[in-house]
Amino acid sequence: MSAHAYKKKNPIWDWLTTVDHKKIGILYLASGAFFFLIGGLEAILLRVQLLYPEFNFVGAETFNQLLTMHGTTMIFLAAMPLIFGFMNAIIPLQIGARDVAFPFLNSLGFWLFSAGGILLNLGWFMGGAADAGWTGYAPLSTTSPGNGVDFYVLGLQVSGIGTLIGGINFLVTIINMRAPGMTFMRMPLFTWSSFITSGLILFAFPALTIGLALLMFDRLFGTQFFAAEAGGNPIIYEHLFWIFGHPEVYILVLPAFGMFSEIIATFARKRLFGYSAMVFATALIGFLGFMVWVHHMFTVGLGPIANSIFAVATMLIAVPTGVKIFNWLFTMWGGKVSFPTANLFAVGFIPSFVLGGMTGVMLSVPPADYQYHDSYFVVAHFHYVIVGGVVFGLFAGMYYWWPKIFGTMLNEVLGKLHFWLFFIGFHLTFFPMHFLGLMGMPRRVYTYLSGQSLDEANFAATIGAFLMGLATIIMVWNIIQTAVKGKKAGNDPWDGRTLEWAISSPAPEYNFAQTPLVRGLDAWWLEKRASNKAMVPAEPLDDIHMPDASILPFLLSLGFFIASLAAIFANWTIAIGGLGVVALAMILRSVIDYHGYHIHKEDLPDEGGEDK
Amino acid sequence: MKPEAMNKLPANPERATLDGKNKFLGFWFFLGGETVLFASLFGVYLGLRNATNGGVTANELFELPLVFIATMLLLTSSLTSVFATMALKTNQFKRMIGWFVVTGLLGLAFLGLEIYEFTHYVHEYEHTIRSSAWGSAFYTLVGTHGAHVFVGISWITLLIIRNLKRGMDLYTAPKFYLFALYWHFIDVVWIFIFTVVYLMGKVG
Repeated sequence: MSAHAYKKKNPIWDWLTTVDHKKIGILYLASGAFFFLIGGLEAILLRVQLLYPEFNFVGAETFNQLLTMHGTTMIFLAAMPLIFGFMNAIIPLQIGARDVAFPFLNSLGFWLFSAGGILLNLGWFMGGAADAGWTGYAPLSTTSPGNGVDFYVLGLQVSGIGTLIGGINFLVTIINMRAPGMTFMRMPLFTWSSFITSGLILFAFPALTIGLALLMFDRLFGTQFFAAEAGGNPIIYEHLFWIFGHPEVYILVLPAFGMFSEIIATFARKRLFGYSAMVFATALIGFLGFMVWVHHMFTVGLGPIANSIFAVATMLIAVPTGVKIFNWLFTMWGGKVSFPTANLFAVGFIPSFVLGGMTGVMLSVPPADYQYHDSYFVVAHFHYVIVGGVVFGLFAGMYYWWPKIFGTMLNEVLGKLHFWLFFIGFHLTFFPMHFLGLMGMPRRVYTYLSGQSLDEANFAATIGAFLMGLATIIMVWNIIQTAVKGKKAGNDPWDGRTLEWAISSPAPEYNFAQTPLVRGLDAWWLEKRASNKAMVPAEPLDDIHMPDASILPFLLSLGFFIASLAAIFANWTIAIGGLGVVALAMILRSVIDYHGYHIHKEDLPDEGGEDK
Repeated sequence: MKPEAMNKLPANPERATLDGKNKFLGFWFFLGGETVLFASLFGVYLGLRNATNGGVTANELFELPLVFIATMLLLTSSLTSVFATMALKTNQFKRMIGWFVVTGLLGLAFLGLEIYEFTHYVHEYEHTIRSSAWGSAFYTLVGTHGAHVFVGISWITLLIIRNLKRGMDLYTAPKFYLFALYWHFIDVVWIFIFTVVYLMGKVG
């Protein structure tokens, strides 16, 4: 099983079998971008439906499906893989590692995610997509006719297993694979926040696994978990979903916080203000994130004591978040701040996210929440947090790390156009929704009546959505232009601070010809201040061990895909066959020895490819 | 520890290589996730344990002697897997395989009892996964544990067959060690099932 590094490989086979974290990162980024475009298209269709009162553009049933799939797609199939894409592409480089801890599992995580993503969207072509909201609350989801919710349940289940695997991989990678001298308190903030996010994934996703499994049992096997008429309790589903769902918010936003911390420091040309406070604030947000899930359920009627405890816990989260906001501001204070597109998104994020944070504190007050609950105020709040936080972060990260991942520079003029159109469109869409909500417009309803002062704000919101759509088209155009004839990027185009900028763009297969010795926070910046042209190596030049490529992750995911699809249509023979493929792939993985192969030191380019 | 038994393997052969260290740590994290998985199922069970829908109740259904035997089988299998781990650490390959075979057989006996128990409930009491929310919660929680036992038995069988002729080295040691970790975890979960499901069902 030892494929040699320099043998010419079939590119399709190469991408299907790759265990290189940089290639898996690109796979994640590409499929995340694809689903982001689908989710965006769904959003535009939703907004067109709401353009005028009593408009009939897509109709109520399609609206429900679009709404469900927009939320589900954006959270699970766009934001999650895009974050995993950046984690894969960047973290091993930032900690000075040659590879992740589990290259095989890393590939398995990606293929499971993509199998689940395709499964979820197959609903559109096989009798209707899921229509019970992205939360899939029982009993709406258990009684929803057709197969739409089955696609939701099994698609999310399969992709969720992939996410869990990815989380474990990054936890172990960050603990075990750091270069000499890269202590925990010298790790870049993106690595830190991804580390904490991975921990949240590990402890949050199993709750979703159980919630979805019980939903599947109720739908496919006739169990009574959520059937109140047989003694079941639908509130249990809400608890399980939000025990997962609230940490999920932090799973998404913490890596974005990490990206901002690096981008703001790089473009202020100052070290991050309050590094250790940032680390502990991130950990505290992660910790508190598990103790606030009931604030999604204030109106369920769990009683004043439960509501008060969770309200206080929720308000507490504002404290570490506030610490972060001030640290970003102080990082820029007195710095030589420049504004390429990456930093525009980072700086634009701060006021946008603060608005979302403020409405979050408003929502954390249970009596007030009875007023806001299930209204457009909530829609405004979480889009300010998720678009203003996560999406801005992903865009900032894209412009910042594109040269390191692909070796070319994105066009800055198109980039700035992208930022301004998106920034204006974003606020135009979601700011009016606060008022729509306060005036009583319920979320998830496909139309509204005229003469209730809802017309203008809805119209404005739809125009804003068009602007965001236009901005996205410009971004896609920028990417295509860059792919065709992009300017070559140097190793260190931004005069960066962290280790990934010390090696060539894109990074070679083995990342570091010699493992670097880390001598402080902002390791690469320190060496540059000491007039060093490269990192000091921590080991002599030697043969480099590389992991074997494997098709088994793809096969295993295919097995799950077949089994799930067959289960949706209650074809149990094929379903068991699919699980047989899964078992076979696992057995083969256990029985075949994977010893990897070596790249010989004589075959390495001079100076490990670090010549400029 | 006899000197010849050491045979140049380090003290903790399962963690002596980077690969072994990664597996060791990664598997502990995996067990952390499994803990949340079972905690969720226990929460669901506690929420639904009185939701019998007018059917048979826990007190009428459970027979402690059967559960006691099952518990003893599983607890003993945990002990034998400790013996196997001790043999692993002292590089006594044959002894380790022997104890793992005993562990697997005890697990198989446990699984047999569980299958008997389930069919007994279904046929004698018409207590099925569909008959009440409690039934759904019972079969899902205990069944998920049983599925874990099944996976464990398949895993150790495969490991033994594959590595029987290879002996112990730094490549095979982590594989066996991880199985032992997994087996202990299954055992701990069963202790909670015994308490929360069976004892509380009888006296709670």
